[in-house]
Amino acid sequence: MLDAKIPSGPLDIKWTEYKGHCKLVNPANKRKLEVIVVGTGLAGASAAATLGELGYKVKAFCFQDSPRRAHSIAAQGGINAAKNYQNDGDSVFRLFYDTIKGGDYRAREANVHRLSEVSGNIIDQCVAQGVPFAREYGGLLSNRSFGGTQVQRTFYAAGQTGQQLLIGAYQALERQVALGNVKMYSRHEMLEVVKIDGKARGIIARDLVNGKLERHFGHAVLLCTGGYGNVFYLSTNAMGSNVTAAWKAHKNGAAFANPCFTQIHPTCIPVSGDHQSKLTLMSESLRNDGRIWVPKKKGETRKATDIPEEERDYYLERRYPAFGNLVPRDVASRAAKERCDEGYGVGTSKQAVYLDFADAIVRYGKIEAGKEGKPDMSMEEIIVLGKEVVKEKYGNLFDMYEKITGENPYEVPMRIYPAVHYTMGGLWVDYELQTSVPGLYALGEANFSDHGANRLGASALMQGLADGYFVIPYTLGNNLAEEIYSKAIETSHPAFEAAEKEVASRIEKLMGVRGKQSVESFHKRLGKIMWEKCGMARNKEGLQQAIREIQELKKEFWNDVRIPGSIDEMNPELDKANRVADFLELGELMCQDAYNRNESCGGHFREDFQTPDGEALRDDSNYMYVAAWEYKGEHEWTLHKEPLVYDVVKPTQRSYK
Amino acid sequence: MEHYNMNLTVKVWRQKNSRAQGNFENYSVKNISSEMSFLEMIDVLNEELIVEGKEPIAFDHDCREGICGQCSMYINGKPHGPWQANTTCQLHMRAFKDGDTIVVEPWRSAAFPVIKDLMVDRSAFDRIVQAGGFISVNTGNAVDGNSLPINKDAADASFAAAMCIGCGACVAACKNSSAMLFLSAKVAHLALLPQGEPERKSRVMNMVAQMDKEGFGACTNTGACEATCPKEISISNIARLNHEYLRASLTAEK
Repeated sequence: MLDAKIPSGPLDIKWTEYKGHCKLVNPANKRKLEVIVVGTGLAGASAAATLGELGYKVKAFCFQDSPRRAHSIAAQGGINAAKNYQNDGDSVFRLFYDTIKGGDYRAREANVHRLSEVSGNIIDQCVAQGVPFAREYGGLLSNRSFGGTQVQRTFYAAGQTGQQLLIGAYQALERQVALGNVKMYSRHEMLEVVKIDGKARGIIARDLVNGKLERHFGHAVLLCTGGYGNVFYLSTNAMGSNVTAAWKAHKNGAAFANPCFTQIHPTCIPVSGDHQSKLTLMSESLRNDGRIWVPKKKGETRKATDIPEEERDYYLERRYPAFGNLVPRDVASRAAKERCDEGYGVGTSKQAVYLDFADAIVRYGKIEAGKEGKPDMSMEEIIVLGKEVVKEKYGNLFDMYEKITGENPYEVPMRIYPAVHYTMGGLWVDYELQTSVPGLYALGEANFSDHGANRLGASALMQGLADGYFVIPYTLGNNLAEEIYSKAIETSHPAFEAAEKEVASRIEKLMGVRGKQSVESFHKRLGKIMWEKCGMARNKEGLQQAIREIQELKKEFWNDVRIPGSIDEMNPELDKANRVADFLELGELMCQDAYNRNESCGGHFREDFQTPDGEALRDDSNYMYVAAWEYKGEHEWTLHKEPLVYDVVKPTQRSYK
Repeated sequence: MEHYNMNLTVKVWRQKNSRAQGNFENYSVKNISSEMSFLEMIDVLNEELIVEGKEPIAFDHDCREGICGQCSMYINGKPHGPWQANTTCQLHMRAFKDGDTIVVEPWRSAAFPVIKDLMVDRSAFDRIVQAGGFISVNTGNAVDGNSLPINKDAADASFAAAMCIGCGACVAACKNSSAMLFLSAKVAHLALLPQGEPERKSRVMNMVAQMDKEGFGACTNTGACEATCPKEISISNIARLNHEYLRASLTAEK
């Protein structure tokens, strides 16, 4: 069933060869071909804009009030590219290798190499669009480091890189809207894929303002709908981020790959209470300068600033001297959990560690003092200068921290704890980003393809834009070349009618429950099960238990959920209910996948599979495959295994020591 | 930091849809923690309304970390509430004290019609961007990113303008409902970069024309927009916009 369609030939020329031989669609024919793009984050906006530029007739959809709001906007730290502007040994191969290793050898070599090859083009394209990246005094682009690498290849715009890249893509998209090549549907949510003769031929979308269902035809459908981290309720995702579009595709035949591969980000602001609605990330870029520590004494009660240097445990520097505070996210998260579980946690909840900038402030202050030719400046003056430098680098993040916690991180160390941030799993796609349903594609975080079991920092933005700007324009053409004889199908076709009816009856069923408990309360309970049993650490018994609990919760949801208001109006509770209903099904599959994978790799940590020193214990002989699940019916899936073949990289135990 | 709990009265604008007449409703909320965000307080209130069988308050929000620009409400008469350089979602309840009455309304501007309760339609902003808020470069046309050095000060000033989140607080704060701060931020972002040069004149002319068409008011330099802006976009961008506009009107070939 699963053919990844990886081109033959040596790894470093696969993509060149593919581009040289893929089929093309001539401009006159492109005008007749309609493409639906769902989601307008980095992947969706870049794909919609680029396909519009090429001349396809594009319809783009987003549930937010404007395409500029998609959650890519919240990405903070940066975007990787193998430019080697720093002359520090970077190359396409090095970025490829770091990404494969960072993913704990669970990603496809060919996809990752392509990603690395186009990474430089992304930076060029964004600069040309007017993305104001950080620059050095000579006017050239600036770089910084991110976790899991030993070179400086991350491009950034202060702590708002995602915002700036998304605005670049959004502006390119709006330009195509103005030119009439793209029609934009904001405040619309996709609720079903329409299949005709086995191919994806359109969608059913709901206009969220008036509740009306709409039918839209497309010769192809692109899902650029992001990840499913909100299955955990608390995550760094936006409140509206959801799995619904991908899940509808899954139930319509698209395989879902590696659903249990979830990224827990090590540096987030800790939970403050039961009222918490979401978690906020503190960018990984902070680990360039911040040092992570806990007290050496259990149950320490002194303030952080009163604990002397020799009584602090900089546990990442101690355990991983080669990478120190810049180990990959999965490693850093587990190490924080280990310290807190052992009783060394800080703050009122004791579920936090310190991220401390005091050293960096002094270091930068001394450099500034040197620049000013005043080497004998007092420590107070040095600290003032150092704070200015730190402010320029991370000012917006420090402000955000202070607004949320009420503490000033220039004076006291930040308290941080890991939180759900990204999902490496997603819809299974082949090399062309096509799902197992012909004509249906998945781009960006919505697919599973490039990050294996753990994503490196600053690589999500890279992948979203690679897929949208530089991959799909070629691979879509290769398939649409076959469609130039297919006329647009009228939306009065019985398949559209049936799909719309299905959606309508599902919504009526939801509204008809008229139970007692709110959608939010179910979502919170699901999140708790997922976090406790399918979160940072998993085990066999816990996962079995979680599956039972989720099945029960789903039953209860469909018997007792209360959705006020009516169908034919703006009804955010109904929108949320649609999404939570799908999360309840996805959660079960995630636990099933985690249960099936009897090994630890990347973000998937099974307590029953670890090395004596607590590192992930992979099982390459039995689990070096992509787990692609086919939906068979309620609580039923068939597992398809796509073997992962490493021609170039030799998988070893990942070490950052 | 000391945490405390409080009981509050929240006076909220309720409006069924764009055609309906709206009105204020009073709600009392109890045991609100000072650690909650403002929107989490509304979540608590909504949860209670749902349990009581009433309709919850509809409001726009998404990222809840101050960057997507979707949250939009006056809190005690001020767009995004009492804190400086802040969005509604980042406002925390320690800004209030026990017994306070908090008044919450949607953005008020003819160009931002109310959709429901606290939600408004800001698609006018998208149309202003469509009129010229971009650099016309198709994918694949770019030269190497470092082939054109950009003076750091210009790049930083461009970035400072590009930080605009498109929330509309500037319009909401302005007595004339002017969109000049929003528009000027985009014009400045692109005019300060060499890449923006080729379309510099047509961009400003077309964007201003679209702004006028959308029904936003004129700018009378009162500075309320800058004082309210959650991203502290400077009013000097409006000066730059006027400069760009004048330059384009005097020299554009048309």
